[in-house]
Amino acid sequence: MFSFQRTSAIVLRQLYLMQGSPARVLPLFAWVAIDMVTWGFITKYLNAVSGSGFNFVPSLLGAVLLWDFFIRVMQGVTTTFFEDVWSRNFLNVFATPLSISEYVSGLVLSSIATSSVGLVVMLVLATAVFGLSFFVYGVLLVPYLLVLFFFGIALGVIGCGIVLRLGPAAEWFIWPIPALISPLAGVFYPLSTLPAWMRFLSRLLPPSYVFESMRSIVLKRPGSPAPLFWGAALDVVFLLLASWFFRAIFHHAVRTGLIARYSAESLN
Amino acid sequence: MLSVVDLRKQYGATVAVDGVSFEVNRNEIVGLLGPNGAGKTTTINMILGVLEPTSGTILVESIDIATKRSQVLQRTNFAAVYAPLPGNLTVIQNLRFFGLIYCVKDLSARIETLLDQYDLREFRDVKCGVLSSGEQTRVSLAKAMLNRPALLLLDEPTASLDPAIAREIRIKIREYAAAGEVGVLWTSHNMYEVEDVCDRVLFLSHGRILLQGDPRTLPATHGKESLEELFITLANQVANEPERA
Repeated sequence: MFSFQRTSAIVLRQLYLMQGSPARVLPLFAWVAIDMVTWGFITKYLNAVSGSGFNFVPSLLGAVLLWDFFIRVMQGVTTTFFEDVWSRNFLNVFATPLSISEYVSGLVLSSIATSSVGLVVMLVLATAVFGLSFFVYGVLLVPYLLVLFFFGIALGVIGCGIVLRLGPAAEWFIWPIPALISPLAGVFYPLSTLPAWMRFLSRLLPPSYVFESMRSIVLKRPGSPAPLFWGAALDVVFLLLASWFFRAIFHHAVRTGLIARYSAESLN
Repeated sequence: MLSVVDLRKQYGATVAVDGVSFEVNRNEIVGLLGPNGAGKTTTINMILGVLEPTSGTILVESIDIATKRSQVLQRTNFAAVYAPLPGNLTVIQNLRFFGLIYCVKDLSARIETLLDQYDLREFRDVKCGVLSSGEQTRVSLAKAMLNRPALLLLDEPTASLDPAIAREIRIKIREYAAAGEVGVLWTSHNMYEVEDVCDRVLFLSHGRILLQGDPRTLPATHGKESLEELFITLANQVANEPERA
């Protein structure tokens, strides 16, 4: 039976690790704050030099904010998992009554807590310093965030599975994932800019529907809500895929003894 | 408490554990002995549910770990020299983290008791990574006792302890086994310790049980002076046998 107490242990462990650890606390808000400041000034500059009267703040700065939120969600999941990788803790954790669903729920809850910090910092900076108004997006801001949140969770869980399967060094495959999919997600430009084969890949990614929809609203060309439904439907597919993938990798690790070897490596 | 039936683990052509069957009864401490690579840790990992057997059955309190993993592990715990607790958490944080995972009732009181029992009070807020190996072992043992396990698995629990503390730990575990409804499976390369602690020993080699019996009478039965002499004789015999596929 699912135990919230066991899940809360994973979250509590993250809080313990953050106590008095600037290396863990600073990344929660520092990089997103730097992104907001950098892109805030870029948009101000573009507004000044374009002379078109078009306001780049909601399209560019808003896009950066949403994209950074997605990255924080994904990394919230993976860094919580990496704590067990870095401390060679798999044997201790998985030789307990903790189930996979309780463990992954703990990763997700930790991610909600850590990504919320980044989101609040970005919202404060973007609105207070650069005048980004979320009224531009209206009620659609909520589904935008949700589509990106669930996609971040799904990719984070898939990333955890990859590291569990390939070993600790594989974390370097995980950090660049957002950068790899960013060109396809159309964060900064319409998907029509891309060649046909890239557009095909874009249609498989939930964030591309968010950013296309967001640009339509900013350009005052609101279309149908259908693209957001597609984004949500793809999220469901990615979440199911992530769940299946992590379970399959975990069972492989139990069958082959990988879980136990993760700890044994610390003796070398 | 523990019933292992025809347990087997095979990696490709290599057989790590080959049809092992044994039991650990209530209030009994069973020593699992054998040379390095005999299959002791593989057996323990299978009982802990972190390694799937190729075949065979593991029952803890008559519950099959293959079908009720969480339920079995709720009543089991372990300490192993190769699985120290995370060094970036303090002693109290580690105990609280694992106490929550084991859903220990009245956790704060249980932790306080264990801090006293394992002489850890002065290290309460010290990160485990900066403790000596002996102190880390005591934290691992405290963790292993958090949920008052019915089955306790100890893989070389005193390997890094000085003789005085090792003796204290042996006494504590003996008392724990005698007082509660508990069975203990203990691996060690220290034959004097095994004689002192274990009610019964199993000699494992090449994944098979070669001998079993009372560690105090077994050597004489096989014409040897001590358990250590018997161990060395068996280990040498096995080393001279051709390797099985």
